[in-house]
Amino acid sequence: MKVILKVWRQNNAESQGAFETYPVENVSGDMSFFEMMDMLNDQLVLDGKTPIAFDHDCREGICGTCGLFINGRAHGKIRAITTCQLHMRSFEDGETIVVEPWRAKAFPVIKDLIVERTSFDRIMQAGGYVSIKTGGTPDANAIPIAKRNADESMDAASCIGCAACVATCKNSSAMLFVAAKVSQLSLLPQGQPERVERAINMIAAMDEEGFGNCTNTGACEIECPKEISISHIGRLNREFLKASLKG
Amino acid sequence: MLNNKIPSGPLAEKWTHHKFSSKLVNPSNKRKYDIIIVGTGLAGASAAASLAELGYNVQAFSYHESPRRAHSIAAQGGINAAKNYPNDGDSIYRLFYDTIKGGDYRSREANVYRLAEVSNNIIDQCVAQGIPFAREYGGLLDNRSFGGAQVSRTFYARGQTGQQLLLGAYSALVRQMNTGQVKFHPRHEMLDLVMIDGEAKGIVTRNLITGEIQSHSANAVVLATGGYGNAFFLSTNAMASNATAIWRAYKKGAFFANPCITQIHPTCIPVASDHQSKLTLMSESLRNDGRVWVPKKKGDKRHPTEISEDERDYYLERLYPSFGNLVPRDVASRRAKEMCDLGHGVGETGLAVYLDFADAIERMGKDVVVQKYGNLFDMYKQITGENPYEIPMRIYPAVHYTMGGLWVDYNLMSTIPGLYILGEANFSDHGANRLGASALMQGLADGYFILPHTIGDYLSGKLGEAVSIENDAFSKTETDVKNRIDNLLSINGNRTVDDIHKELGLILWENVGMARNKSGLEMAIESIPKLKDEFWKNVKITGTADELNPELEKAGRVADFLELGELMARDALNREESCGGHFREEHQTKENEAKRNDEEFSYVAAWEHKGESLPAELHKEELIFENVELTTRSYK
Ligand SMILES: Cc1cc2nc3c(=O)[nH]c(=O)nc-3n(C[C@H](O)[C@H](O)[C@H](O)COP(=O)(O)OP(=O)(O)OC[C@H]3O[C@@H](n4cnc5c(N)ncnc54)[C@H](O)[C@@H]3O)c2cc1C
Ligand code: SF4
Ligand code: FES
Repeated sequence: MKVILKVWRQNNAESQGAFETYPVENVSGDMSFFEMMDMLNDQLVLDGKTPIAFDHDCREGICGTCGLFINGRAHGKIRAITTCQLHMRSFEDGETIVVEPWRAKAFPVIKDLIVERTSFDRIMQAGGYVSIKTGGTPDANAIPIAKRNADESMDAASCIGCAACVATCKNSSAMLFVAAKVSQLSLLPQGQPERVERAINMIAAMDEEGFGNCTNTGACEIECPKEISISHIGRLNREFLKASLKG
Repeated sequence: MLNNKIPSGPLAEKWTHHKFSSKLVNPSNKRKYDIIIVGTGLAGASAAASLAELGYNVQAFSYHESPRRAHSIAAQGGINAAKNYPNDGDSIYRLFYDTIKGGDYRSREANVYRLAEVSNNIIDQCVAQGIPFAREYGGLLDNRSFGGAQVSRTFYARGQTGQQLLLGAYSALVRQMNTGQVKFHPRHEMLDLVMIDGEAKGIVTRNLITGEIQSHSANAVVLATGGYGNAFFLSTNAMASNATAIWRAYKKGAFFANPCITQIHPTCIPVASDHQSKLTLMSESLRNDGRVWVPKKKGDKRHPTEISEDERDYYLERLYPSFGNLVPRDVASRRAKEMCDLGHGVGETGLAVYLDFADAIERMGKDVVVQKYGNLFDMYKQITGENPYEIPMRIYPAVHYTMGGLWVDYNLMSTIPGLYILGEANFSDHGANRLGASALMQGLADGYFILPHTIGDYLSGKLGEAVSIENDAFSKTETDVKNRIDNLLSINGNRTVDDIHKELGLILWENVGMARNKSGLEMAIESIPKLKDEFWKNVKITGTADELNPELEKAGRVADFLELGELMARDALNREESCGGHFREEHQTKENEAKRNDEEFSYVAAWEHKGESLPAELHKEELIFENVELTTRSYK
């Protein structure tokens, strides 16, 4: 099959970007979207042109490195997958595919389709942990945890930090990402001692990084490749409220 | 001479005694030391956090944008520990024994025992961090069983154990980044090691966004940069996983141990086309209920459902009546390749065998199969577009893990003083074959519980040592790095980096893959250097050195794979025996099983770089077994 790619090209953070169009021939349905891009890039190199820069690593939906806006949808139109899990058989022969980077104030474009997401690390630094040191911890079975809580905590912990939630949100809010971490830890006894500070500090860090406010549109949940539920945002809000009352 | 520094005394007391007799750095002096850690996967992140907690100044580097992205994140199955929670007879000694035996007696007793000993601390640590491991209804931790063990000792977090463990280590690391005790450098790739007076004292990096070449000095350097399975181009490793850090260290004098020993995983989704960029692992658990077969007739292109029972060869069940489809990884992999080489392979490429669930669906009902394997079936369908409930899955072996790596002593120090190697990057405690769920255990053991105790022994002798990037060694190394980059960019030939990498991968896969023989290895030793020449004459990289340039990054890594590939072949040629993941066709039993040669090859092969034009020199570290008896595996 053949597709026409309309790709966002931008040299670096300072420069102006623009779309460029590339017809790609000999595409097979079994190719992943990135394998199709690899093929195009190899051709660009042989033609003496600069290949399209995009972020990726595991190519199996777990590292959270990849993330493209494809035809206006974060990670493409198929639910519950990352961009690297998208295959060409999901497109029509001859289709024009528009490819853009995540767009949010907190994620400046580094080059073409690659954005800078270190703001996520800084939010985590503000409290996305249990303050213990290596060694001296109690036996792992010393604290029983209800399976229900452990499972729900695991649901939240599945977040891969891809930032599709931010990219898709009209306010560029990082609430789903923050909520996933706060929720994971507040469901477990290990997370209790720092519960109050964690919610306050992570939300403060999120605001400081220039992410927008959550207005409960629910768009994040729809595009999240790991189907993280917005019910975690509800929990975060309750944590925050409790925290502010105490504070 | 190789001194492995294994402490004397009874096996079970070695580590305790060693910790006691190693020199310590006084708490108030720790802040006077700088330590560089390259790599923030499980091994690097756990080490960086633990050393920072102790008070050392840590500089951590990764080519990833965040420590949370490392390849470790992809591990699915689980992590072993000798907790014996299920009360099924597990113990530190049993975990030690299973690991030594599973490794086909090519690892050190003392190291493996220590690994088993600290395995329990790892689980305690991870639970305290808030890792949501799977639990039973009573609230206690759940365990599952894994290949190579008769007890259930594997802890897991759904099919995402690596992710949860890495995020745990990452949380400890960001906490130290927040206090400033760790300075993390994202998107910085180490391109060379800096030596001063024969010791490791720093690194030279390239900032992958700006292209800036920078020097960083320290009192000690730690490499936790992962495995080199991507030498084969296609593997289950993440796209960027590479050998550059350890290969640069090798060229500065660190010995490379057992480079040829690679693990090939039997159940991966097969290659679909020439454009395939990586391979995806399907959990081994599928072999519990799926039946492996190929058509009896060569080149049979019919649809699998049109091939009747008597026209099918369930070859594993035929060859191994007692273990059947559950033979170990290496055996299952080798037999699949053999069937395809004989012309029985299926699918468009002929490089696949069927894994059929029709019987399982009939026996257990579709609902049970959905419950047990639903997510794996979905993943398969997403990738191949085929429905495994109706058509048998196609699987093929793929490169998965490298047991080889830089040689280290009991303290995890390489042959270069001050240079430590952790995780998959070292030659590891797994001998010739790693058991499932043991890599995560080893990476975290190295980082949380071993290095923090052993590094003081070296550092205590360096109190007051001032290392500065003003030293000539840094500017000289920077110049070397820049020249190499300029050379790469100036070639402007007519082949892409991937094109040459694929050719290397094919040479390695055919000759240094699942089954090796003398003539194939000699061919590889001859053709890889030629391909290296071709690369340096004919590769084409566009763009410049002063910008984000993924092609340039790949080129540097492939240049190193081209040299490592040759060493892998040399090592495989030297090892005139079959053991674990290394199968020499000349050395097999009448039943086509691996035949070890304990008399002559019970050693770690440690290779020393002797210069660009000379072959590497082999050093042998004899393996001494005082506690276990060497036996032969049989799965008939
Ligand atoms: C698909 C898959 C499933 C697996 N499942 C399991 C399992 O269930 N159980 C198990 O025990 N094991 C499993 N393994 C093996 C295990 O995941 C790995 O062996 C282990 O995670 C390696 O960890 P590491 O810390 O040594 O290296 P990695 O996680 O590979 O980390 C390497 C780090 O080094 C950095 N780096 C490398 N080179 C440079 C450089 N030159 N400059 C700067 N930074 C650099 C990278 O950025 C990264 O941060 C699996 C492996 C695969 C491929
Ligand atoms: S919440 Fe979902 S969309 Fe947002 S970063 Fe996590 S995985 Fe990605
Ligand atoms: S590349 Fe890892 S999630 Fe897509």
